[in-house]
Order: sequence, then structure tokens, then C-alpha cells
Amino acid sequence: MTVELPTGRIRSRSRTVRAPGGLSLRAEPRALLTGLLLAAAAAALAVVLIGTGDFEIAPADVVQTLLGNGTPAQDFIVNDLRLPRVLVALLVGAALGMAGAVFQSVSRNPLGSPDLLGFGYGSVVGALLVIVLFKGGATAVAGGALVGGLVTGVLIYLLSYKRGIHGYRLVLVGIGASAMLIAGIQWLLTKAQFIEATRAMVWLTGSLAGRDWSQVWPLLGTCAVLFPLVLSQGRALRIAEMGDDAAYALGVRVERMRMLLMLAAVLLTTAAAAAAGPISFVALAAPQLARRLTRSPGSNLVTGALMGSVLLLLSDWASQRAFGADQLPVGVLTGLVGGAYLLWLLVTERRAGRI
Amino acid sequence: MQRLSAQNVTLGYEQRVIAENLSVEIPDNSFTVIVGPNACGKSTLLRALSRMLKPSAGQVLLDGHAIGSMPAKKVAKTLGLLPQSSVAPDGITVFDLVSRGRYPHQGLLRQWSQEDERVVLESMAATGVAELADRTVDELSGGQRQRVWIAMALAQQTPLLLLDEPTTYLDIQHQIDVLDLCAELHENQGRTLVAVLHDLNHAARYATHLIALRGGRVVAEGPPAEVVTAELVEKVFGLRCQIIDDPETGTPLVIPAARKPARPRAVPTAAEAAAGA
Repeated sequence: MTVELPTGRIRSRSRTVRAPGGLSLRAEPRALLTGLLLAAAAAALAVVLIGTGDFEIAPADVVQTLLGNGTPAQDFIVNDLRLPRVLVALLVGAALGMAGAVFQSVSRNPLGSPDLLGFGYGSVVGALLVIVLFKGGATAVAGGALVGGLVTGVLIYLLSYKRGIHGYRLVLVGIGASAMLIAGIQWLLTKAQFIEATRAMVWLTGSLAGRDWSQVWPLLGTCAVLFPLVLSQGRALRIAEMGDDAAYALGVRVERMRMLLMLAAVLLTTAAAAAAGPISFVALAAPQLARRLTRSPGSNLVTGALMGSVLLLLSDWASQRAFGADQLPVGVLTGLVGGAYLLWLLVTERRAGRI
Repeated sequence: MQRLSAQNVTLGYEQRVIAENLSVEIPDNSFTVIVGPNACGKSTLLRALSRMLKPSAGQVLLDGHAIGSMPAKKVAKTLGLLPQSSVAPDGITVFDLVSRGRYPHQGLLRQWSQEDERVVLESMAATGVAELADRTVDELSGGQRQRVWIAMALAQQTPLLLLDEPTTYLDIQHQIDVLDLCAELHENQGRTLVAVLHDLNHAARYATHLIALRGGRVVAEGPPAEVVTAELVEKVFGLRCQIIDDPETGTPLVIPAARKPARPRAVPTAAEAAAGA
């Protein structure tokens, strides 16, 4: 197997690995390195986060316990209490990061994230309906979030469909849908009794508190199916960024690919919301931050997902450090940081003359 | 039977019908140019030929098969299209953009073969953008950028290449530059080219086969020397004109009739010039 540099002085961002038998793989070294570093950062943060809480455990002990060599007390705290919560954070962050990368690429707009397009609010309405009107349990709430997000996703897709999906129409329809869904949320909250209203508010902010293995498994299953599906369309998605006609001419079935990807991204977003509530701004910020690190034109699906995990783990760790365990739901912190990021994005995009 | 043809197609967008029962054959190895007034359906016809638009009746045949039911990547290896508007991703280099033309020849396990690299280098050389390979597309002029897009379409290695108004938005020297390049590709590489052009004189100079459309119907087709006549131009474009021989190429040149009768040019005669000096 040989690594070949591009001929002469031609500078491509990619490097190629070729093997006999016509196999050839291509990657951008910078993106690869960024991905590896982000993965390492996510793993390190996960270990630190497992050790964080009322009962502190040193990172080395956490690793030992994860490997099965801990004391029974450590084993209970690490494997039963904190590991599922950290896994939920890891998966929710990755799902949101990848969904955001898909939507930003499909809408060709850095603002095209599931938060702003209204899918997140769809999940909220679904969950609140279950909490307020049916007083359902945790599983029913998760189901409500899933259905609400999916229905909203399909409606927004149909409303913005006119001879294909176009970025601007999608964003505008999404903003309109968000406004109506927010009105629905307010109405549901005024209808709610005190206890339901409190439950609803906790759910609304997005929290990782008290997440256990029953949240991990469905989320892990969803991600295990959808991540490979999204990644299999990654090359076509990059081609589609050049415009529908150009992509069609190169043999990409643009509309089919886009519908598949949007469906996958909506499912990822709602699965994340079902597990942890609407965690804002991770989907918006993660792909953009990843893109600035990789400097790669293209959708940054993998790095976006890894960045999402890192962002959410970091937020959870920061909120636990600053306010104590489970005092501040992580959604509040991502909202704060994300809001600042959105302002910065608006200012720079404006300066670049894009909005 | 030619490789690419439209058989009795009805074309339109939603309720608006643009062409009905239209049949067109693209002669193999020709440089075919489709001309006609605005809204005559020339871009619509090109979109149908390149399967961007599905006919509501009739069909477009590529090598004897209905183009709409062929696998997308298979069509993309036979028929290329240079669309009117494409977006170069932010910060992409010329080399990387041209490389994307290899997409239909690649797969999950065959992402970048030596063949891909050779074709990309050749395509850049053929379009004269090899020197720009490591520049970013954003920093190029309009004419250079169009050459890069053509290079990408060439890297696709399709025997048929469709160009939708390739000279729009370009200065006159870049228009000629791009058309010269097309003529070269047609002559040297034996590709079949189909272009929509606005300028009848450009069409008459460069085309080997001309298709004149009006109101979604073919009014005339054939070599420009036979097709471009004063009667036809009046019939298709509603323009009175005379046709003279292009002093450079001998092809027909359309001179639109003047609004007022001719008057002598305001050039001083030799005697006046001498008197003035």
C-alpha cells in the first residue's frame, strides 16, 4: 500500500491511499487529524465527567472501573449512575451535530439548523401534549417528542417543496413553523396544572439529569442505523453543494438523496430530543465550528458529530463544576453559549455580505 | 439513429406548456447549437435532453433507451451538462473542483484512481487552466471560472456534452474564448456538443448543425450556411436583416436592418483631411 502525493506542484486538500486491485481511498489529512483529536477530546471529557459529581472519582480510577477493576461502590456509581448519563450526552451531541451538518448542507445556509427550522419545537409540542393533556410517563413523553418532531419535519418538507427543496424557502418555512409551534407551546403551558407545568419546564430546558440505560439503548440503536446511512450519502451531499443541476449532471439523484438525508436528520434530532429534551444550539454551532477547524469545503458530517459530542460534554461538565450536580440543566448553558455564538455568526456573515 | 434524440416530447412547467410534440435529433459528432428568441423553449429543450426536466409526454432517448429510466450514474458517464448556474463551494481549489467531475466514475472503494488523476490533469490542460490548479475558484475571473467548470464537465469524460448558455455574463473576449475552446474540444476530441446560445452570429460561426426554435417548434435545422437566411431570421426572430459572409470565416453573418436609411460615414475624405492639415 502506498501513499501518493499529488503530482507536481498541484495542491489538493486530499491525500490518496491506493492498494492493488483498484482500491483507492481519499481523505483530507487536516480533517482526519481534526476528527481524531475531537474523538480523543470526547473520550477524555467523558472520563472526567464520569468522575465528576457529589462523589469525585479520579480519572485513572474511572478507567479502571470501566474496565471492570473497580470497587463495588465505584462500580455502582460509574457503571449504573454516571456512564449512561455520559453516553446519552455523547450520543445526543453526536446526533445533533450530524443532523445540523446535514441541514446546513441541504439548505446551503449556516443558519439552517434543526433548532431554527422548527423541528426542535415540533418535538417540544409533542412532548408537552403528552405531559399536559395525557399526563403520560417518561416513555410516553419520549414517544410524543419523536412523533411531534417527525410530523413537523414532514409538514415543513411538504410546505417548502416546490419543484424540489431550496435552501431559502426551507429556512423561511421553518422560521414560520417555529413561530406557530412556540405559540402552541405557550398555550400548552397556560393550560397546564402546577405539577405538569413544572415537569414541562424541566423537559423544555433540556437536561441530562437522571438519564439511565433505558434512554441509552433506543438512542444507540437509532444512531447505529442512521449514522452509516447519513455517511453513505456524504460524497453525494458534497456534490450537491454545487447546485442541483450540476449534481444531477454528475449522476446524483438529488431529490431522493435530500429526502433520505432530511428524514435521517429529523429522526436524529427527535431521538436526541426524546432522550434529553430540546438541547439548543449544538446542532447550529457544532458543524460550523468543525468546519472552521478542518477548513474543508463540504459538509463535515463526521467532524460535526464529534464536535457535537465534545460541546455537549463540555457544557455538562461546566454546568456541574460551576453550579453543582444537576442544579443547572445543560440546555440552559448550551442556550447561553449558543446564543452568543449565533450573534457572532450573524455579525461575521453580515460583514462578509452574505446576509 | 443518432445517440441522443427527443421523440414527440411535450415540455412544460406545471400548467404552462412550452413545447408540444417536439422531435429533435442531435447528429453524432456535431457541434449543435439551439437558437431562437426568448421563451422559445431552447433552454427547456436542453433541460429535457439532459434529463433535468421530465417530459409530460414522449421521451428522450439516449443510445436507444428512455433517459429517465436509466441509472443516474450510467447516464452521467455518457452525457455531461454545463448548467447555467453552479455554485463553487467556499474556498475550493481549481484542482479539487475539476476532480469532482470524476464522481460518476468513482465508488465507495474506488475514490481516487490513477486514471482519475490523469483525466483531471488532461482536462485542465485542454481548457488551459492547469496553471491555476492550486488557486481557489473564488479568486478567478468570470472567464477563467467558466473554463474551470468546462474542465470539470470534461473530466466526466462523456462523449456527449450539453452546454446551457455557456457565454452568458461573460465579456465579449471571454465569450469568443469559451466558444473557441468548445470548437477545439469538438474538433480535437470528437465529442458531440450541444449548446444553447443567444447570439445568432456566434451560433452561425461555431455550429456545424443549427436548430432554430420558435414557440416550441423547430422552424429550421441544418448547417448554418443553409439555414441562416434573411427570410428565416425574420420568421424566427421577427428581425429584418441582410446576411453577408463573415470576412473571417465565411460563415453567415446577420446584419440587422437599420432603423433609418444608410447615410455616409462621418469620415473626412482625403481632400478634406489635407485641407484641414
